Amino acid sequence: METLNSITPELIRIVMAVVGGVVIVFGNALVMGYLERKLAGHFQRRPGPMEVGFHGILQLLIDGVKLMGKQLVVPAQADKKLFMLAPMLSFVPVFLPLLVIPFSDKMQAFDLDVGLLFILAVAAINVLAILVGGWGSNNKYSLFGAFRSVAQNVAYEIPMLISLLAIVFMTNTFSLKGIVEAQNIWFVVLQPVAFLIYLVCMVAETNRAPFDLPEAESELTAGFHTEYSGMGFSLFMMAEYTNMFICCSIATVFFLGGTSGIPLPYFEYTGAIWFVAKVYLLMFFLVWIRWTYPRTRFDQLMNLCWKYLIPFSLVNLLITVVVVKL
Amino acid sequence: MIVYRYIAEALFYAFMILTFMGGYMAVRSRMLMHAVLGLAVSLLGVAGLYFHLGSPFLATMQILIYVGAVCIMIVLGVMLGNTPDQLAAKNFKGRNLVLALGACTAAFMTLFVTLSQTRFAPAAERVGDMSIRFIGENLLFQYCLAFELISVILLTAIIGAIILARDGREETAK
Repeated sequence: METLNSITPELIRIVMAVVGGVVIVFGNALVMGYLERKLAGHFQRRPGPMEVGFHGILQLLIDGVKLMGKQLVVPAQADKKLFMLAPMLSFVPVFLPLLVIPFSDKMQAFDLDVGLLFILAVAAINVLAILVGGWGSNNKYSLFGAFRSVAQNVAYEIPMLISLLAIVFMTNTFSLKGIVEAQNIWFVVLQPVAFLIYLVCMVAETNRAPFDLPEAESELTAGFHTEYSGMGFSLFMMAEYTNMFICCSIATVFFLGGTSGIPLPYFEYTGAIWFVAKVYLLMFFLVWIRWTYPRTRFDQLMNLCWKYLIPFSLVNLLITVVVVKL
Repeated sequence: MIVYRYIAEALFYAFMILTFMGGYMAVRSRMLMHAVLGLAVSLLGVAGLYFHLGSPFLATMQILIYVGAVCIMIVLGVMLGNTPDQLAAKNFKGRNLVLALGACTAAFMTLFVTLSQTRFAPAAERVGDMSIRFIGENLLFQYCLAFELISVILLTAIIGAIILARDGREETAK
């Protein structure tokens, strides 16, 4: 009886947070998978998927079933345990940050006072997953892809963090909710340089074109996931799409006012609707960039980060600190 | 409330098991990659323990610094040459068993004696404020010199690495 009584709202909230996270991961992968293929088609003046359902809207469901039915091929020379571990490992870090993102005033699982640091810390595991997968495949292309991913992510984390730090100095808090509440004017107006730097870093951190060096098809066949088939591959894809979602959510929280917007008829959900709308607007931007620009060379990528983004973000931080102090 | 206690206990033991398993993996595996991954697992377990003890800040720092460092270590390890299977099998073939046992016993005895001699004071009730603000203020005011010296050491390491790397590059260019 005591156990029954102890099922409190808090416990229900935890369960709901976990279920909600899983729903976001899968739902986002479905929606983005379809949108990306459709948008890519239209950017290249072709219709994209058209066969299954109205304008191919059920294409991703069919693809999901196909991927689940596919045989999991493990290369004979691969490190089998690590090879199987990597896709699952890539899935863990993209799920955890969803718990601290404030989708609206009430829709937030945990309001950590170090929310931003938590997200950045967990993102490090993603690199580890790519590295484990690339090494475990025992394939030179995979290994090169994994190495590039480490170099790229380690480098781009620095300007990303510094550009966000400028906002933290203005709001005096790491809590994502606190930052949303502190925005009377959207910080994209007050911190345009930081926003631009963040956008560039976001493209690099999610390993997408024009910075998709870890999986550059023309040089490395498919980079770190060359050897993966079926669900292994689709887990990596889902992790990538969720990673995009998280990066765009951070951009929304830090620069686009989070949940703020014109009140809509459904008063209770106004914040959440605006939040998701802004996130998907940024996602559209990512897709747009991907299908518009060609891939950069690796030294160009590194030069951009170390010679331009980091100095600019540092100067931006310095100016912000001085202005805040005045 | 009883459910919370069960959950907390279960999490505590899960983190403990994670820490020990990772440590075991790090010590026992024959491949460098597995050993380093074991280290990562162990460190994640420790981060979980920090979280359990109510300090998300420390847990976050643990993951941010150590897991990131582990990635770099793996890259360095692979660059230094991955262990082929036969070579890996040759490792730990009991060549230095006596030495290893001796070292383990010595370490164990040292720890055991010290721990059994120490008189543990009961954990103090949180003395004052232990928030991030407190940590930050202490680091930047009271322990400012130590804090700055650490960064000087890091700077020296970076400059040293650059100098070493530059020399190597110029030689190969000739």
